[in-house]
Amino acid sequence: MSKPLVTILGKAIRNIARLRGGGSALPGLVVEHIDPDFIKRTLATLPYGVVVISGTNGKTTTTKMVVELLESQGLKVFTNRTGSNFTRGVVAALLGDINIKGQLHADIAVLELDEAHAVSFVDKVPPRYSLILNVMRDQLDRFGEIDHITNLLRHIANATTDTVILNREDVRISSIKKSLDKQNVQFFGLDEKLLNLFPTDDNLHGHFVKPHNSFKADVVLSRFTNNSATFVIDDKKVYTKLKLNGVYNIFNAAAALTLVRTIIGKDLNQTKLINALSNISPAFGRGEILSVNGKPLELVLVKNPSGFRLGLESFCPTGYITMIAINDNYADGRDMSWLWDVNFSSLKKTGVRQISGVRAYDMALRLKYDDIPVKYIEPNIKKALKHFIDSAPKTPKRIYCTYTAMLNIRHELSKITKVEIIK
Amino acid sequence: MNDKVITILHLYSHDMNIYGDHGNVLTLQKRLQWHGYDSKIIEYNRGDKFPDDVDIIVGGGGQDSGQNKIQKDLLSIGPRLIELAEKGVPMLVICGLYQLFGKFFKTSDGETIEGIGLLDIETYGESERLIGNIITHSEQFGDIIGYENHSGQTFLGHQVVALGTVRIGAGNNLVDISEGVRYKNVIGSYLHGSLLPKNPAIADYLIEQAVVNKYGEFNGKIINDSLTNLARRVAMKRPR
Repeated sequence: MSKPLVTILGKAIRNIARLRGGGSALPGLVVEHIDPDFIKRTLATLPYGVVVISGTNGKTTTTKMVVELLESQGLKVFTNRTGSNFTRGVVAALLGDINIKGQLHADIAVLELDEAHAVSFVDKVPPRYSLILNVMRDQLDRFGEIDHITNLLRHIANATTDTVILNREDVRISSIKKSLDKQNVQFFGLDEKLLNLFPTDDNLHGHFVKPHNSFKADVVLSRFTNNSATFVIDDKKVYTKLKLNGVYNIFNAAAALTLVRTIIGKDLNQTKLINALSNISPAFGRGEILSVNGKPLELVLVKNPSGFRLGLESFCPTGYITMIAINDNYADGRDMSWLWDVNFSSLKKTGVRQISGVRAYDMALRLKYDDIPVKYIEPNIKKALKHFIDSAPKTPKRIYCTYTAMLNIRHELSKITKVEIIK
Repeated sequence: MNDKVITILHLYSHDMNIYGDHGNVLTLQKRLQWHGYDSKIIEYNRGDKFPDDVDIIVGGGGQDSGQNKIQKDLLSIGPRLIELAEKGVPMLVICGLYQLFGKFFKTSDGETIEGIGLLDIETYGESERLIGNIITHSEQFGDIIGYENHSGQTFLGHQVVALGTVRIGAGNNLVDISEGVRYKNVIGSYLHGSLLPKNPAIADYLIEQAVVNKYGEFNGKIINDSLTNLARRVAMKRPR
């Protein structure tokens, strides 16, 4: 089939799929099947090449940051904003953005890819830059072991043609450097005194292995508050206000800064860069703040022990009422073991107002064993959310939720407040 | 609370803790408290001195790399563990340590990893991973609910019996319908989830054995497990 025809066909299927309210996978699937080189050929023309962002925690928000930071430097950026971080999602996003001749009007592509899908993607389209954020115990039922996930991430680094950006403080990630000989490597890192805020899975239970700090990091997060951060860049301290919250989001800002500095090089405008960073808001459901009855309602996505723990450490429960919604659908992970690796003691003083989700009773049982008071348990998310809001309409609220619970909650909230629609 | 103290030894808490094994230790600790006993937790890791007084031993699953790290150390404390098991010390070993408490683990590459031989079981690595929700049944403990995720398939010898009979899921292997193992007061199982929080009958059994061993009699209390039962009911209805 000729190339314009593939494009037209793909675009048509995309429109039809949209009309019937379908997701982003179908058009991608069709185009992948009839023209396997579609992605490679389309992305090959970009002057700044392709960037792949992967790792277990924080991909979506980091990708959003990198896109906005690159835009601050005047680049036109293509990205897979649909949140469909599989190859098919990338094809679907491409189909929306290319013209009928199959050309993509962009300077660079920044793609968030799931660890497993990234491997087959980079084999087809070697990225010029890759950013590897971290590797945490996540969805072991899908991916097997942490060491296996590390190998997938190493594969991405190896396929990169120019520069790989690595997390200096995650030992499994920083050690990927050893297997890279033809790539440049840059690190992002943390000041020593912040290290204890970011325990890795190896020190989940009080056993603290200090990451080796011998590599010099391009950008170091040296301190932060709820709404500001100080980074060390080129041995100079740079202070900025932030709309981002959550310690993991702020650390990943250091990752995004390192990547963008690497891509832009000597032409970088740092004032514009930091200014753009200060205006970035978190991606949906990742510390996102909605407004209900004029009061904030925060959504914090939790999907693995480290993420949940960092979430609990990031947000002080005082002055808020807390809800936790745990589902065990395929996208959440079916195994509930991970709840037992989270320490909930920070909720002891305030307790938890409402528990919900398919596995509400598992969550309640977990809290019982940590002596955390729980007020209401209602597995049905719609009912639980209504009850949670009505029980204290004028109090700020925070909801920790797994992925499908979050989709459910956002859907319900969209009926009573403004919620950004994710296509 | 009386002043009777039960010591729980958590084996290789650093290297073998991948599937919520902390939940098993926490459950024993809290239930001991609710039954009116004090508890002391000792973590044993590579190179540590093996403690003299131990009442319950708990060990978990690890990644392959974790298993390789601890194997030599485990062999060195093997005779001590066997001595304690023969004396009736209750133990719970999950997944990786369950396998290494057996005679050997033969990997799919044909390599044989020696176990401590406390349990009369043999494990063979297979390419297929057995993953998903699992329900087994035991006459003593009733329905046992958990989640399995393992590629090793374990076969029981004549000196041991299964912990449960598989109702939904895979269990020890794809050949028979056994899950886990029992030998004296030692329980081995592939179930995490964690195992003990949602199967308090097993937790209370381990506690009772330990208390009887140490103090001659067990005077437990009735614990309200209504929340546990609701969690069990939901878990039993979930897809594999």
